[in-house]
Amino acid sequence: MSAHAERATLFLLDQPRSAWHDQAVWWVRQKRDRAASALPEWEELRDQASRIKAHALSRLADYLEQFERNAVRLGARVHWARDADEHNRIVHDILAERGVTRLVKSKSMLTEECHLNPYLMSRGIEVVDTDLGERIVQLAKEPPSHIVMPAIHKKKEEIGELFHDKLGTPQGLADPQQLTEAARAHLREKFLAAQAGLTGVNFAIAETGGFVVCTNEGNADLGASLPALHVACMGVEKIVPRAKDLGVFLRLLARSATGQAVTAYSSHFHGPKPGGELHIVIVDNGRSRLLGRDEFRRSLQCIRCGACMNTCPVYRRSGGHSYGVTVPGPIGSVLAPSVDAAKHAGLPFASSLCGSCTDVCPVKIDLHHQLLAWRAELARNGLAPRWKRIGAKAGGFVLRSTLLYRVAGWLARRLVPLLPRALVYSRLNAWGRGRELPEMPRRSFRAEWRRRGKP
Amino acid sequence: MGSREEILARLRAARPAPRELPEARRFGNPAADLRARFAQAVQDAGGRCVRIGGLDSLPAALEELAPYREAHRVASLVPGVTRANVRLEDVVDPHDLRDVDFAVVPGELGIAENGAVWITDRGMRHRVLPWIAQHVALVVADDRLVNDMHEAYECLDVGTGFGCFVSGPSKTADIEQALVIGAHGPRSATVFLVG
Repeated sequence: MSAHAERATLFLLDQPRSAWHDQAVWWVRQKRDRAASALPEWEELRDQASRIKAHALSRLADYLEQFERNAVRLGARVHWARDADEHNRIVHDILAERGVTRLVKSKSMLTEECHLNPYLMSRGIEVVDTDLGERIVQLAKEPPSHIVMPAIHKKKEEIGELFHDKLGTPQGLADPQQLTEAARAHLREKFLAAQAGLTGVNFAIAETGGFVVCTNEGNADLGASLPALHVACMGVEKIVPRAKDLGVFLRLLARSATGQAVTAYSSHFHGPKPGGELHIVIVDNGRSRLLGRDEFRRSLQCIRCGACMNTCPVYRRSGGHSYGVTVPGPIGSVLAPSVDAAKHAGLPFASSLCGSCTDVCPVKIDLHHQLLAWRAELARNGLAPRWKRIGAKAGGFVLRSTLLYRVAGWLARRLVPLLPRALVYSRLNAWGRGRELPEMPRRSFRAEWRRRGKP
Repeated sequence: MGSREEILARLRAARPAPRELPEARRFGNPAADLRARFAQAVQDAGGRCVRIGGLDSLPAALEELAPYREAHRVASLVPGVTRANVRLEDVVDPHDLRDVDFAVVPGELGIAENGAVWITDRGMRHRVLPWIAQHVALVVADDRLVNDMHEAYECLDVGTGFGCFVSGPSKTADIEQALVIGAHGPRSATVFLVG
């Protein structure tokens, strides 16, 4: 069994909980549907967004240079990091040179991907995640289980217990309003004490040299605007050519993520605040490799809305932690093998290939096609699970020969009904573990076709 | 070779076939009644939209709001707000704004489709003001409403300083999807539509 399947099995042991998780995530998908169907131009927007991103990727180096020129002109400092290590080193150097020991962060999947927090913490810097969901999982010493709702896997009672333990809230408190109020008070202190704020970047604008950060809580703005120092970390793929393009992306992002028309705050940063400093760290970390792959390039169009997770039948029932990567779900299963194919070989198989992810993706990434392409690539490199390899080989052998196919069908129709149930539903039949096989037909489709007379 | 050159070289080496940049354009149809659409969208975003005839009615309209009446410290970037008692030009350190109860901030533009108001830090002195205050009021002229985000970007020059689309108060649904208003920033957002 793959690591994902093993962890998913554990998650599914608690049936009521996994059903609750399924419902909670599906609810978000339904909100997205209502928001999308309220816009008759939805499909046009998706198409436009996809085309803008495809264009930006085809001229990425030029746009990054243009972005850098403009950002520097506005007074920002721009840094470049080949990989996670270099990114962490750069951020640490910026903080260490200025004697920063207290950092507040808003949500950045890139810094999760680079494991920046442990890097800084082991060097004596206090790192506080300020998005409420991220703070919850940070206090629980867990990774986020969803990129938009990091603590979606936790029940309010568990959060109450965690806050009782870490923030001193009364025992048994499980009211979301009161728990949020406690976190607000706790994090206000952290914001006021911080010497630097770190944010992610949702969109970087080549023509202006600025970038946009979207939050509902306002945590990015408190973190970026209270301390004098603001560090913003972005992957190379975050570029859009023109400010006007944001009209398309901001209309799609929140509707796809949570069903809101727009996030509460869409902040546009152009240069440092008066008397402050702004550092922008541009990170590759494997993205240039993906750019060179025709079949996987479009995954770089992702705007991290999480819609593919919310709709995915596998994600909803197995939980974000089962993926074992920063970005879970369909998009995560496409991105992870490009970083370490052997380690994440199970993820492209954690999908029913139903295509729902592709249908909801606001930038039209062909996610289920990419998952299939990864399966082929992993199999070519001997990384597909053994039973799947054997099964696919056997299937290929039979399907290649008309005679073998007919004989196999004939045998199955006659033998399967006679076999004892224990044998048909043996360990080899993974499909039959939670489902009944359809009844064997009396004759083949070909025979039935002939019998009825072709139309 | 430095990291910058190496990354750019890698990206150029991996560069796919050219793809045309589609022309920027508007999508969708304008709302029949921009003001009504805007007011509804502000409400959907968890805020309140109050229409007033002119700026001289603002002080009285503010008095209708309990958080304003009960505020000890009020900072206003809109002139004529009676209870304003924080002299922003004297505040050197933004941390000194920590106990501001109510902030009144002018908005340059309102967007009917999502209730967002465009604010900038021009004249704000400390751009943290609309987030550090416990409650916020945004003041927008009703002839400065546009239909959607496309139109907003056509009207705005976002390329200098700091600007933000503010849609309702600060909020979160991170605990079991329960919507809670007032996550870190303002606990309420009232938009005064003037004109």
